[in-house]
Amino acid sequence: MSQRIPVVEKILSANDRLAAENQSSLDAANVFAINMMASPGAGKTSLIEQTLKGLEGHLRIAMINGDIATSFDADRAQAAGATAIQINTGGDCHLDAVMVQSALSQLDLGILDLLVIENVGNLVCPADFKLGTHKSVLVASIPEGDDKPYKYPGMYRGVNAVVINKIDLLPYVPFRMDFFKKGIEVLNPGVTQFELSCRTGEGLAGWLAWLEGQVKEFKGIHAK
Amino acid sequence: MHELAVTESILEIAVRHAQGKNVGRITDLYLVIGQWSSIVDDSVQFYWDIISDGTLAKGATLHFRRVLVVLTCQDCGNEYQPASEEFACPNCGGTHARVKTGEEFQLEAIDVED
Ligand SMILES: Nc1nc2c(ncn2[C@@H]2O[C@H](COP(=O)(O)OP(=O)(O)OP(=O)(O)O)[C@@H](O)[C@H]2O)c(=O)[nH]1
Ligand SMILES: [Mg+2]
Ligand SMILES: [Zn+2]
Repeated sequence: MSQRIPVVEKILSANDRLAAENQSSLDAANVFAINMMASPGAGKTSLIEQTLKGLEGHLRIAMINGDIATSFDADRAQAAGATAIQINTGGDCHLDAVMVQSALSQLDLGILDLLVIENVGNLVCPADFKLGTHKSVLVASIPEGDDKPYKYPGMYRGVNAVVINKIDLLPYVPFRMDFFKKGIEVLNPGVTQFELSCRTGEGLAGWLAWLEGQVKEFKGIHAK
Repeated sequence: MHELAVTESILEIAVRHAQGKNVGRITDLYLVIGQWSSIVDDSVQFYWDIISDGTLAKGATLHFRRVLVVLTCQDCGNEYQPASEEFACPNCGGTHARVKTGEEFQLEAIDVED
């Protein structure tokens, strides 16, 4: 006999469950974590380097870097003074909660305030896979063009902050900031936004203040 | 692409829901994929044929229902499908919209036989 069984379950529910476990480990250790996503070359590692420099002495920071191959980015973070763990996804287009779980086990969470996870450069896949971070940040950049919110709505909808990097290139590249922002407005109303340049340092102070505020607020809530 | 991970997930959920119900075979899976959710293409079917082998769901047919994005304007109540480069409400120009449909990414149901 044939019969229909209703299921109604999110396809990536197993990853969601593991992500929740990761978040519990982070909460227990009182470590605030962000998932940094962007297209290739938008400036994720540059922003992490600037963040390490800018918050040195304020926060104890580690980074997890996901790349299809190479450890260049983890090496850069290490050179900038952070503990950095490299995950080579071996061809996968995104990090998932399992990879992050194994990276977490290699970190001494007890001596950290902030964990920054640099996801694989990609505007599609990382949006679907929760990692267990408390906030997610999308790094957009001027040379990518102003139509990205329209082409990658799933990515723009899910994030807690949008950093618009490489504003030093605005004089050289056509980029309609109002068109770009209008797309974001519908997708993610009121989302926190920063316009900055990792090259010149312009606008970085606002980002650093926000991030430090987020960590402090979290630590207030989860203080031991 | 991450279609393999997606396919494995689909199989895990389907088999879990069939367990303990005297199911001999899962024959059909009904998936709902919103336009603004993940890209899931034909390669899911390709992976499916490989990974479902030897399971309760061997040879089952995958049915995809794609759901278009519909936004509800919070300013005037209009429901609309956003254009590719204009998400604002075509009726009043408002940008306060709620996503009514288009973000689904679910296994909705399975058909089974004894
Ligand atoms: N002009 C300019 N260039 C920048 C800025 N920020 C980063 N870059 C450059 O952009 C390139 C890519 O920067 P990365 O920080 O490696 O970018 P990423 O997003 O980490 O790249 P992947 O990890 O490879 O995806 C480098 O050549 C940087 O020097 C900026 O604000 N202005
Ligand atoms: Mg990088
Ligand atoms: Zn309207």
